[in-house]
Amino acid sequence: MGQVIYKFGDDISTDIIYPGRYMATVLPTETPQFAFADIKELNDRMKAKQVPPGSVIIGRKNFGCGSSREQAVSTLRGYDLIVVASNFARIFLQNSINLGLQTVTCPEIDTNVGDELEVTSTEVINKTTGRRFPVIPLPKARQTIVEAGGLIAYTRKRVMAGKSSV
Amino acid sequence: MGMTVVEKILARASDLPSVKAGDVVEPKVDLAMSHENAALVINQFIEIYQGTSIQPKIWDPSKVSIIFDHRVPAESPKTASNQKKIREFVATNGISKFHDIRGDVGGICHQVLPENGYVRPGSVIVGTDSHTTSHGALGAFAFGIGATEMASVWALGSVLNVEVPTTIKVNVSGKFKKFVGPKDLILHLIGKLTAEGANFRVIEFHGPTIRNMSTSGRLVICNMSVEAGATSGIVPADKETFRYLTREAGVKGKIVLVSPDKDASYEQTIDIDVSKLDPQIACPHTVDNVKSIKAVKGIKVNQVVIGSCTNGRLDDLELAAKILRGKKVARGTRMLIFPASARIYNQALAKGYIGEFMKAGAVVMNSGCGPCLGIHEGALGDGEVALSTTNRNFKGRMGNPNSEVYLCSPAVAAVSAIKGAITDPTKGVK
Repeated sequence: MGQVIYKFGDDISTDIIYPGRYMATVLPTETPQFAFADIKELNDRMKAKQVPPGSVIIGRKNFGCGSSREQAVSTLRGYDLIVVASNFARIFLQNSINLGLQTVTCPEIDTNVGDELEVTSTEVINKTTGRRFPVIPLPKARQTIVEAGGLIAYTRKRVMAGKSSV
Repeated sequence: MGMTVVEKILARASDLPSVKAGDVVEPKVDLAMSHENAALVINQFIEIYQGTSIQPKIWDPSKVSIIFDHRVPAESPKTASNQKKIREFVATNGISKFHDIRGDVGGICHQVLPENGYVRPGSVIVGTDSHTTSHGALGAFAFGIGATEMASVWALGSVLNVEVPTTIKVNVSGKFKKFVGPKDLILHLIGKLTAEGANFRVIEFHGPTIRNMSTSGRLVICNMSVEAGATSGIVPADKETFRYLTREAGVKGKIVLVSPDKDASYEQTIDIDVSKLDPQIACPHTVDNVKSIKAVKGIKVNQVVIGSCTNGRLDDLELAAKILRGKKVARGTRMLIFPASARIYNQALAKGYIGEFMKAGAVVMNSGCGPCLGIHEGALGDGEVALSTTNRNFKGRMGNPNSEVYLCSPAVAAVSAIKGAITDPTKGVK
């Protein structure tokens, strides 16, 4: 269960999630401080630890469009947020899968800030309003990486398998 | 069933006789490019080997390219230290396709790769930069990935679990009006498709207008294909590709031109006639908010930018120099010019363009990403408006969320700099 902390519109770019001027900061331990840096009120709440793990941000179409910067994912992963959106831009979605940020594709999602959501593998249940919204599952090829614990772990297995077969 | 260009490339790279959209493949990578974010790739690469007894080893250092362009010269000790760390890694690992901050061979990755002959038709190219789509201009399947994915490529030499994308075919016909060109075409197409219209898809460009377009123009349309969400833009390689590679990029040896099959399957086909197209402007704050220049002319601009991986090539600078010759940048407007590579800068210098820009009052900066992504120069003040030939106008893109960025062609940028306001070059400009 997580509470909706913020609702966005369409086409939220990685420049909004993690402004370009902070790109020299790359470590996942350091990027969270700059999440939504240009939306001061949200950034302040996050930094003040007023956003518990499992909190939800809502996007509409094309969430995470633009740059391939992985900081846009690690910055949200740092707070253990869940992103529920109508759909995601390709690179952002792939980076999320690779780093273990929970992204939920839910085309009809309808919530208000403050609503309590429960996310299952097949639907998002709005506990506040009682409404349920179907989730589009990840393609199997991507799910495999999530199940391996992210791309680092997945690649590590492959590297070790390659070594042992030589 | 026949294959599209990208299906053919992915089949070859995955050692399969054929593939179709939706298949999951593991293509071998021909070129893996990073810029300053290689600092993060290095961390993730080392992390892969943590807890194993295996030494980190790049699968093939000759296929890795690293180019400094995002923050050059370094704007902060942090960036300088990242660059130093990357330089050391490059030396230790024998990465030869490395372009440091230099006035001879440096520049923006998406210009440095093609001009050095690193991009070949039919190859698979990944880059930790969304505008890696650019390299489709030479018939490669080139797409952007994140730093962790790149670390995985460095370790394995292939991209894991790639879903073969569907393809949108775009047929372009007609002759551009004077002062209208590739940038106007791609802005028009993005407006039509929207920012997510090509998400998870490839845009394959065809038609007489594309056949007659220089590689420089093709780089513009493939570069910005990602602004419609495309995994990649691609122009099937042809005579012009061969000319560019052999004459301009110094490529010797065999060049294979990969074409789609006649019965290839496309998700949709879009026909565009450019003969009546006006200059196009992408208005704040999304690249798909595209309007004819008629709708926005007269808007005052504080900063005009010509350059970037989109429009900082020699033909762009030549056009701008012709328009600015003997004129002055309007008072109250700043004009910044940054060539896409050091090679282009040197060519523009030899042809006298740089001198003409400076005489007109423009500031010519070193090659690099510069103000495009608001990192270390050319930031906008509160309430200011920029008109730029770059590729993104997202809120805050030029370093300030309280400013606005309009995107346009080099011709529009140059004539607007003289007037200090968005101006249609097709109306009364010699």
